[in-house]
Amino acid sequence: MGGIHLDDSVMTTRLDAVINWSRKNSLWPLPFGTACCAIEFMSMMASRYDFSRFGAEALRFSPRQSDMLLVLGTITNKQAPVLRQIYAQMAEPKWVVSVGVCASSGGMYRTYATLQGIDRVIPVDVYVPGCPPRPETMIYGVMELQKKITREALSARKEHIERFYRSLERQEERARAGGLSPQQAVREMLLEAGGQGDQQIW
Amino acid sequence: MEPNATNRSEGERMIINMGPSHPVTHGTLHIVLELEGEFIVKATPNIGYLHRGVEKLGENLTYQQFIPLTDRLNYCSSLMNNVGYTLAVEKLLGIQDPPRSQVLRVLCSELARIGDHLVCVGINAVDIGAFTAFLYLFRERETIYDLFEMMAGQRLHSSFTRIGGLFRDIPPEFEPLCGQFLESCPRTLDEMERLLTHNPIWADRTKGVGSIAPADAVSWGYTGPCLRAAGVPQDLRKAQPYLGYETYEFDIPVGTTGDIYDRYLVRTEEMRQSLRIVRQCLDRLREIGPGPVIVDDYKIALPPKEKVYTRMESLIHHFKLIMHGIEMPVGEVYGATEAANGELGFYIVSHGGKSPYRIHVRPPCFPIFNSFDEQVRGRIIADAVAVLGGMNVIAGELDR
Amino acid sequence: MVIERIEAQLPGAVLDRHDFRGDATAVVAGPRFLEVVDFVFQEGFQLLLDVTAVDLETREPRFDVVYHLLNLASQERLRIKVPVAEGTAQPSLTGRFKSADWAEREVFDLFGIPFAGHPGLTRLLMWEDFPGHPLRKDFPLDGGDLFCSQDIGASFAPDARSLNI
Repeated sequence: MGGIHLDDSVMTTRLDAVINWSRKNSLWPLPFGTACCAIEFMSMMASRYDFSRFGAEALRFSPRQSDMLLVLGTITNKQAPVLRQIYAQMAEPKWVVSVGVCASSGGMYRTYATLQGIDRVIPVDVYVPGCPPRPETMIYGVMELQKKITREALSARKEHIERFYRSLERQEERARAGGLSPQQAVREMLLEAGGQGDQQIW
Repeated sequence: MEPNATNRSEGERMIINMGPSHPVTHGTLHIVLELEGEFIVKATPNIGYLHRGVEKLGENLTYQQFIPLTDRLNYCSSLMNNVGYTLAVEKLLGIQDPPRSQVLRVLCSELARIGDHLVCVGINAVDIGAFTAFLYLFRERETIYDLFEMMAGQRLHSSFTRIGGLFRDIPPEFEPLCGQFLESCPRTLDEMERLLTHNPIWADRTKGVGSIAPADAVSWGYTGPCLRAAGVPQDLRKAQPYLGYETYEFDIPVGTTGDIYDRYLVRTEEMRQSLRIVRQCLDRLREIGPGPVIVDDYKIALPPKEKVYTRMESLIHHFKLIMHGIEMPVGEVYGATEAANGELGFYIVSHGGKSPYRIHVRPPCFPIFNSFDEQVRGRIIADAVAVLGGMNVIAGELDR
Repeated sequence: MVIERIEAQLPGAVLDRHDFRGDATAVVAGPRFLEVVDFVFQEGFQLLLDVTAVDLETREPRFDVVYHLLNLASQERLRIKVPVAEGTAQPSLTGRFKSADWAEREVFDLFGIPFAGHPGLTRLLMWEDFPGHPLRKDFPLDGGDLFCSQDIGASFAPDARSLNI
C-alpha cells in the first residue's frame, strides 16, 4: 500500500474549463500583417512588451498551424479573397482579432480600394482600435479574447463559422458562373449587400 | 539516374506563389516564381495589395488633412514623409519655415532615418535567420519611439509637421533622452556589427547576391541607399540641399557592387552619419534658443488657441483655415527629399481650390522593386528572400 | 537651361514652357515627344524618376502625361508634359528607360491611357477585371459602394455574436 493518495493525482473540474484554460494560454498567432500595425506587432514581439508571455511566441505563418488570426493593417479589396482563403484554411478552434481601425472599419480610407472593415468578409471576435494601437492595447485585446475563450462552451459548434463556409461556396459559385476573378466576385457580393443595407456577405 | 544535359533542359517548371500572405514579404507583396528545381527562371512581382486610394482621397481633402495620410506611406519612417510633403506644399506656396523649425525637422528626419534603417537591417537579418540582431536593434527603436512620443504625442504616426512649420516645440525632457540615445545607439550598432559584418554565414548569404551595375541602377530609376551601394554617389541632402543640410557636417557612404552586403554596410554607416547630424542639431538648438516653430502668417498656419478664444480676427482666421483651407496659388510643383529609401517626391497640381487638383507620390521603392526579376533571375529561392529584404520594399509607399 | 537647348535643336517641339517655383517644365507636342526624349537623354537626363498623368476633364485633349527626369551630372530637373487625347496611345519609353515599365502600367491602370510598345501592359495596382479607371475625375471616390460613403448597415450592438453558452 504506501503513500499514493487519490487527491494527489486526481482533480475534479469541468472539461470545458480545462480545455478552455489550455486553449487561451497557448494562442498561436498568425500575424496577417499588411501595413503599419504589423510594425507595432513587431514591437510587441520584441523585448519590451514581450508577447511570448501569453504563450504566443511561436509565430506560425501558416494557417494550418495557428489558431488566432491577427489581422494587422489595411485590408484592401484586392486582398479580401486572400483573407477569406486564409481564414478558411485555419482549423477549428479559430479566432480572429482585428487590430487597428483599418481592419476594423476601413480606417481613414473611405475609398474604392479599401475594404470597409474585415467583418464584412470574415467573422471577427475582438476589435482593437487605434491607428496604430499601442502594443499594450493589442495585449489588452488578446486578454479580452482570452476572457471570451474562457466563457465558450465546448460542445456547441460555432454557427458563424458555418455561415462563413457557405458564403465562401457562394463566392466560388459566382466566380465560376461569371468567369470573374475572386476579387471581382467578392466585390460584387459586397456591393449587392451594401445596396440592401447588409453589412456582411457571410 | 544522374542529372545530365538532356535532363536539365527538359526540366519541368514549377510555379510557386510567394505571398501575398507570407512572413518574408513585408507588408503584402505577391511574387510569382517560376522555378526549375531551386533556380528561379522568372520572378513576376504582383503588387497593389495595399493600394488604398490615397491619391484619389487627396483630391477630396485639404492640404492640411493630407498630412496624416503621408504618415502611412513609409510607415517605418513616418516623420520623413511628413517633412517631404510639407516641404512640397511650402514650395508651392513659396514660403519657408522659421529656423528653429528647420533644425527640428532635420533632427526628426534623421531620427526617422535611423529608425527605418534599424527595421530594414533587422528584418533583413531575421529573414536570413539572424534573429538576435533584430531584438537588439528593436531596443533602440523603442527609444526612438519614446522620443517621437515626447515630441509629437504618438509613437509611430506622428503627423508632426504642419504647413509652415511644426505642430509644437519639443519639451525640455527631450534633450536628455536624446543625449542618452546618442550614447547607447552607437554601442548597439557595434554589437550588431559584431554579429553580422564579419560573420561568414551572413557574408555567404549576402555577398554577390543582387549586384547591380551603376548604369543599370540609373536606368531602373534607383535612388537612395540601393543606388549608393551600386557606386553612384547621389544623395539629395548633398546634391540639392534643403532645410539647411549644406551647413551640417556628414559623409555619404558609397558602395561598390550594389549587392545586399554593400546595401547593409551603406545603411549601417548612414545610421552612424545620422547620429552625427542629430548631435549637431542638438547643439544648434541650444545656439538658436527658443523661438517660433511655425510661420507667423495666419492665412497659412492656425493662430494659437489663446488668441482664437480672445480675439475676433484670430477666430475668423481659424474659421477660414478650417472651413475653406489655405489659399493656394495656381500651379504645379514637384518637391523631393531624401527619404530613408531614396528620393521621395510629391507632385502637386493646384487649381487654386482648397484641395489639390492632383497629388501624386513618387515612392522610392517602386522602381527598385520593379527590377526584382532581373536581380534574382538564375539564383535560388533563398536569394530571392535576401534580395527582397535588401531592397526595403514598404508596401505602404509602393502601392499607396 | 535645357529647355532653351531643346528649342534651339528641335524648333516647334516645345508648345509651352514655364518655370513655376524653379521647376523647369516643357509642354511637348505628341508627335515630337520621342525626339525630345532622345535629345535630353544625350544631354544627360538619364534618370527617369516618374511617369504620371493628370485628368483635366473639361479640356481637349483630356490628359496630360507628365514625365520627371533628373540629370545626375548637373543635378538639373526637367518636367515634360504631353497632352494626350482620350483613347490615343502614348509611345512607351521602356526601350530607353527601364523604370518606365511599371510607371506606365500604373498610368494605364489608373487612367486608361494606353502605351504603344510596352512589353506587358496590364493592370498593376487593381485586379485584372476591375471595371473602370479609378483616378479619372468621373470615377466616384467610393467606387459605387454605398456602404463606404454613407452610414448604412447595422450597428455592432444588435449584431454582437452570441457566445453559445
